[in-house]
Amino acid sequence: MSTIVLLTLTGLGLAALYFLVASGLSLVFGLADVLNFAHGLFLSVGAYATWWAAGNLPGAGPSGFGFVLAVAFGVAAGAVVGMAVELVMIRPLYSRTIEQVLVTVGLSLAGVALLQATWGADPRPFPRPDWTQRVTPVLGAKVPNSGILLILAAVLVLAALLGFLRYTRYGLVIRAGVENREMVTALGIDVRKAFTLVFAIGGAAAALAGALGGVYFGSVSPSQGGSLLIFAFIVVVIGGMGSVVGSAYAAVAVGLLQQFVNYYGTSGAGDICVVALLAIVLLLRPQGIAGRAATT
Amino acid sequence: MTGGDEVTGGAGVSGGDGVTGDGVRGDGVTGRTEETGRLHRAGSDVQGRTEEAGMTTGLKTAVADNPPAAPPTAGSVPVPRRNWRSALRTWSPLLVLLVLAVLPYSTVSVPGVFDGPLNGPGTLQLLAICLVFGGLAAGYDLLFGRTGMLSFGHALYFAAGVYGTDILVTKAGLPLWQAALLTLVGGTTLAALLGAVALRTAGIAFAMVTLAFAQVGAILVARDFGGLTGGEEGLSLDVSGLPAMLVGVGNTVNLYWLALAYLALVVFVVHRVAGSPTGRVLAGLRDDERRIGVLGLDPYRFKLLAFTLAGGLATAGGAIYCLLVGGASPHVTSSELTLSLLVMVVLGGPGTRWGPVLGGVLYMYLDHRLTAFGTSSAVESLPGVLSGPLSQPLFVLGTVFILAVYFFPGGLTSLSTRLTPFRRLRTDRSS
Repeated sequence: MSTIVLLTLTGLGLAALYFLVASGLSLVFGLADVLNFAHGLFLSVGAYATWWAAGNLPGAGPSGFGFVLAVAFGVAAGAVVGMAVELVMIRPLYSRTIEQVLVTVGLSLAGVALLQATWGADPRPFPRPDWTQRVTPVLGAKVPNSGILLILAAVLVLAALLGFLRYTRYGLVIRAGVENREMVTALGIDVRKAFTLVFAIGGAAAALAGALGGVYFGSVSPSQGGSLLIFAFIVVVIGGMGSVVGSAYAAVAVGLLQQFVNYYGTSGAGDICVVALLAIVLLLRPQGIAGRAATT
Repeated sequence: MTGGDEVTGGAGVSGGDGVTGDGVRGDGVTGRTEETGRLHRAGSDVQGRTEEAGMTTGLKTAVADNPPAAPPTAGSVPVPRRNWRSALRTWSPLLVLLVLAVLPYSTVSVPGVFDGPLNGPGTLQLLAICLVFGGLAAGYDLLFGRTGMLSFGHALYFAAGVYGTDILVTKAGLPLWQAALLTLVGGTTLAALLGAVALRTAGIAFAMVTLAFAQVGAILVARDFGGLTGGEEGLSLDVSGLPAMLVGVGNTVNLYWLALAYLALVVFVVHRVAGSPTGRVLAGLRDDERRIGVLGLDPYRFKLLAFTLAGGLATAGGAIYCLLVGGASPHVTSSELTLSLLVMVVLGGPGTRWGPVLGGVLYMYLDHRLTAFGTSSAVESLPGVLSGPLSQPLFVLGTVFILAVYFFPGGLTSLSTRLTPFRRLRTDRSS
């Protein structure tokens, strides 16, 4: 019993990480039709900015309120990088989908190499507040606090995103834009502002995933973003491109499947099951679980 | 310059925005006439075949509108203009092949470009790797540049070639030719099976599905199921069973010739396919898939054909790469390899005959040489802000790639077209 609880909660922790990356990816794809290969870079930027802030920023530190400040700095860095990428690199190639993908591919190669040149290819120990290294007993299972932190953060982000999309004017524009961008433009609304906003949100969410993932794994390395990105892509496709809620469902399914099969089967079998799930979903329901709608 | 000049301009423009354009290839004025003649024949072949299939209406316009097909006036350009320049154009690929084939006999050393003389084993191995990747990029272009399929899983078939050959020779103890043949058949079958599933999706979803399949390959290799792949450390090739002429540093030249033969084969196959009726359909799929469907042709079958062929070519390249580097390492399965193939094709010029080859050769050369360049004293003496990034080949290549997407959408091969106005200026002055 305690094993199942533990596996469920660590699986949900993994799902939370996937969701944080996939939600931004999904919105960006749904609204702007950009398959963003640089999203892994946003994650790495968030992780490295948090790591740097914990050591160098005045007021920030590896524990307590200082750590919150460090994470906030990382998230802000992710949002700024996301926005800058949209303004400088994506916008000039508006509606040329393949070129946009190519640019983000180049950016992911060059950006990771830049991080590597600055801080080296080896993993760096990540600052972890003491309480995240402890465990909490839940129904007899000892669950690591860092996993619970991830789950809480993902739930908060999901609630905040849904609230933003449902109850604000910009949320309305984004939802409408995901469903039919031409119509929104025809109504005289500058949908490109929404693009920038979505990139900033996606960058911030990915940076948060990078910072909390750093706490979860205990280290940060330049290539971390890339390996998470592939599973985030899978989550986005399974969930339905453009749907935040679909991403959440798919992230939970993928995280739990991976964790359980990896534990009860051989190591690595879970990852293969995830791809099998992707193939099945695509064959039976090519539009994904939720289809193309931002909040359903 | 008369009449013929205008034909070049017209054909170049009709290629569209350059990224998908076939027309950017033509820089010689007279070479163009021969090219268009060939395209006309190919075009009418498509027409014949589709009419057999029972389609009778609307075909003439559809085929004539396909971008690389030149305006009808092109056929009336006088034949006597086929002078020495057109002959040079026809024969220059063979000439280059000949030069590359006899290259290992030269002992010239080119300081700064290669360490040591041209026929040294180190230089030959670097050249051979460049040639293999040139062929690989040309094969990938069959998907990306010529059919318009964005596959992110091409590394899988290359890795199948590398690991298949390695495992069959080292673990199963088969002779090389059997191992290579089995691998080729296996890799092609794998491409056909996975392609059959992946092609049920299109566009970006297709890219992601192929990426996911390739990721399974990477996981299988890294986790070392059954102790076959050697996991993270890779698997070095057991050379005891190989033919003696392919083993040892002194025989690098034979591997070089093998790589050259592979490149020539890929270029030949891709060229023949692109010029055949099937190739016209593939170009049609790239430009407008619905139209091909309306013409009564099944897009799925043609795409699967291109996918399988490209997969088979990549598998063959993997087998040769395995011999060349003497084993397999898990990095050949990574998605980064596919991304670099994409970079090669876009840098060189997608959908052109020589662009991807050029891009592949140049990319691999820079990837190897920039590492040496990064640690050289010239870069070391720069301030840390500059020397750090410059010592990372991927940073330089990624930046060049991004710039190329913005400023040279047709890649390296489009440069000659872009320089045409300058050339014309010079010719006018001299005449």
